[in-house]
Amino acid sequence: MRASPTPSSPRRFWAFVVAGLAVVLAGLAAAHFMEEHGHIVTGMNNQVVWGMPHVFAIFLIVAASGVLNVASIGSVFKQVAYKPRARFSALLCLALLAGGLAVLMLDLGRPERVIVAMTHYNFTSVFAWNMFLYSGMAAIVVVYLWTLMERRMGVWSPHAGTAAFAWRIILTSGTGSIFAFLVARQAYGAAILVPLFLAMSFAWGLAMFLVAESLLYRWHGIEVPVAIRRRMQNLLALFVIAVLFFVLIHHLTNIYFAKAIPFERFILMDGGVYPQLFWWGYVVAGSVAPLILIWRGAASATRGTLAAPLLVVAGAFSLLYVFIIGGQAYPLELFPGFETTSSFGDGQVRSYAPSLPEVALGFGGLGIAFLIAHIGAHAFDFLPRDDVSPAPGAD
Amino acid sequence: MSVDHGRRKFLWESAALAGIAIAPGITLYDLAHGRAPEAAASTAVRWGLLVDMNQCESGCNACVTACDTENGLGGGKRATDSQWIRKIELKDMRGRVRSLPMMCQHCAHPPCVDVCPTGASFKRADGIVLVDRHTCIGCRYCMMACPYGARSFVHEPVTNQKPDVPRGKGCVESCTLCVHRIDHDRIPACVEACTTAGRKALLFGDLNDPRSEISQRLAAVATTQVRADLRLDTAVRYHGL
Repeated sequence: MRASPTPSSPRRFWAFVVAGLAVVLAGLAAAHFMEEHGHIVTGMNNQVVWGMPHVFAIFLIVAASGVLNVASIGSVFKQVAYKPRARFSALLCLALLAGGLAVLMLDLGRPERVIVAMTHYNFTSVFAWNMFLYSGMAAIVVVYLWTLMERRMGVWSPHAGTAAFAWRIILTSGTGSIFAFLVARQAYGAAILVPLFLAMSFAWGLAMFLVAESLLYRWHGIEVPVAIRRRMQNLLALFVIAVLFFVLIHHLTNIYFAKAIPFERFILMDGGVYPQLFWWGYVVAGSVAPLILIWRGAASATRGTLAAPLLVVAGAFSLLYVFIIGGQAYPLELFPGFETTSSFGDGQVRSYAPSLPEVALGFGGLGIAFLIAHIGAHAFDFLPRDDVSPAPGAD
Repeated sequence: MSVDHGRRKFLWESAALAGIAIAPGITLYDLAHGRAPEAAASTAVRWGLLVDMNQCESGCNACVTACDTENGLGGGKRATDSQWIRKIELKDMRGRVRSLPMMCQHCAHPPCVDVCPTGASFKRADGIVLVDRHTCIGCRYCMMACPYGARSFVHEPVTNQKPDVPRGKGCVESCTLCVHRIDHDRIPACVEACTTAGRKALLFGDLNDPRSEISQRLAAVATTQVRADLRLDTAVRYHGL
């Protein structure tokens, strides 16, 4: 039996680098194709203006702030089991943030003008606040990582951890505010979206951490001790319930307001793909199934560690698709009490079918996050060493 | 040398008469021409439109066609084509159908301007809401924020652009109230076309000037702002809704 992890074989390391690079290059090629031909090659249009790239980007950015919770639980809330995971958690935060921002930037109509976005600020815009929040997050996490890795700086790590925790709460509030501040559409414009996004970041960030940690350990021929596995999976269950709670409250308040009932009927009952994704994708597969797996102990079994967090991630994509695209597909209500028709789709449910380039761009963002995490974990040896136990069957 | 008082008196009186005759003309000329080309737009003016739905005929697209021609839009009706103005048909519960044009409402408190990260969406001093094509990064947050669906994103390369109306792939655009015409003392193309078509459903003018025809009409008839619940104080008002 081995008491320490074996380094991942160089061949496997490079194989994953090449695979990640291929996904990233496909995403960059898609972005180039979109820039050459315009957004006509995407499924987005003048009614559904944000599509698959935004589903990926918002997932990655929300998960980026949430994944740092693992470090925060160790440094801010002094939970010893989480401390060895702080460095990997901070690395994942940077990786997911980079992937999300890359997708967001490359989807712009004029991505070459990103310098304009950095030099012209309109401070009434939540987007403009977020530019500071995202760049500030990256800077704070780099400093935090430095205090974790450099022994002489170790004394500062609790302070850096606290700052990073506070910043990430503000950052996710900013991401939720992108939608919370929109008055035009029935789907958005609600203050509860801010705590909902916070809960989502907790759940999705932890899910992404568990997926990444599980893979990292497997590649080193070891596994996370069962007690820690069970503990983190239980925490994931708690976060999944928190998201369900806020989603429930959001819809219940809407259903209580007569003017919002038609929208709720659309998104929860007769809106085609959107209710299907909401109930089967988010509620059943993304929430109830992982909760059952966790509570029955299957998720902390050796072969079940990936199932629950992967289901949570699938549920996250379903929920974001319903929230972002379903929210736009429902027509703007300009003239209550009238049936409206026009050449611009007034009064009609707006159609949207994601195209290959935009999906490729989204996966490109995931690829960027994967590459940074994979190479970073390898180069800096971020594997927690104090609690490793050999995988069953390992000699 | 003796002074010819008669001749001097004649000259003075002639000058005074000429002054009296010309002065109102100059004043009217000033009012009609608004401001000198080099002068900045002023908050003293707020341009607006009054739509008389009783005059707007279902099936008439004169305003839409004129807008497309004036601004070099293709006139396509796909979901990815730019439509700066569109006709909406309204059917009430009794089956009565009415029609109205919908375009940028040039709000006094425009959500598109609030959300634009770079300040590319802006409101000119005279109330016209515009997009600066040099600083628009194409994020489409303004389109998410506009309650009227008034904005379009340029999804394809554009050709045959009009010199006065620059457009570009990857930028957001919307009704400019024909700002290039207003700045040369002309009325918006849609208003002109509606009048030419004999409808007179569109009235353009200065909402800040109580003597303007639009202000007097607004004072005389009941008008509605679309999504008045949002209190955006739109510059486009509807009569007969």
